[in-house]
Amino acid sequence: MHEMGIAQELVKIALDAVPKDLENPQVASLHLKIGKLSSVVEHSLTFCFEIITKDTPLENARLEIETVPVRIRCTGCGKKWEADTPVFQCPDCEQGQIEMLSGREIEIVSLELLE
Amino acid sequence: MEIKIRKQVLEKNLTEADKNRSYFKKHNLFVLNMMSSPGSGKTETLCRTLKSLMPDIRVGVIVGDICTFNDADRLSVTGAKVTQINTDQFGGDCHLAAPLIDTAAQKLGCEDLDLLIVENIGNLVCPAEFDIGENARVVVLSVTEGEDKPLKYPLMFQVSDAAILNKVDLLPYLDFDAPLAVENMKKVHPGMPVFELSAKTGEGFDPWLEWLRQQVKQKTG
Repeated sequence: MHEMGIAQELVKIALDAVPKDLENPQVASLHLKIGKLSSVVEHSLTFCFEIITKDTPLENARLEIETVPVRIRCTGCGKKWEADTPVFQCPDCEQGQIEMLSGREIEIVSLELLE
Repeated sequence: MEIKIRKQVLEKNLTEADKNRSYFKKHNLFVLNMMSSPGSGKTETLCRTLKSLMPDIRVGVIVGDICTFNDADRLSVTGAKVTQINTDQFGGDCHLAAPLIDTAAQKLGCEDLDLLIVENIGNLVCPAEFDIGENARVVVLSVTEGEDKPLKYPLMFQVSDAAILNKVDLLPYLDFDAPLAVENMKKVHPGMPVFELSAKTGEGFDPWLEWLRQQVKQKTG
């Protein structure tokens, strides 16, 4: 629901990273890491990104989104595992508190400029 | 040519949230971010909470809505300092971001407060994603919603430090399975305290108040 805001931040960060001394720079793709537990809907983000990048160096840039799995550590028994469903109880001891190791990222990793 | 970036997209919000944290710390203030879907009874819960905590604990409230000052009007009756944020002027945002809290906290004035409660915009998705510099988060679910809401909105229940199951006075009239709802919350967030209460009748309110008093006491000494 806040994909437009995320797309706007993404564009700001990406444009900042493009070297200022290039003439007519064109970005081919952006590499993102998005955690499975983050509330970002991929197709909404792509849709918003396309709208706001018109007439910028990011126009037609591909969003290459790497989905990061939800990885958890039980602080009770130390078990680490990957959760496929939103049930985050420790499968071994069932009562430990948990720590999220990954799955909440909304990260811009790199961009690829057209040569 | 590849250009490495490696930045959190919400980094700007995090920086602002850190600034808020420093400001709140300077004023020795405990900050609670209260979140839920629309209509779960956040404002009613707060009204009763404020009446019970004040004047021993000095409370201020920042209340967020897309439109209207209705909630601020309801909360002001308790005597607490209240300020309303309307996000329509910012494009009808579905959550409160850290910079908005900074402005509202300055407007409210935190010098004479022990506890600042932020009543977030009714939404089980976006507010969970935005750090506002709070010390704790509480999510409110009401028995007129579904038992499976924690499984449908796992991030919200995972990032919350406590949960309230509200409107339990309505249970005799509904098919709602309260133990199942609590079980689902604990599946998403093992060990999270859950307070089953009715903001309307006051049933089950004491454990919630005790939890909140402890949190404030630990922070403010």
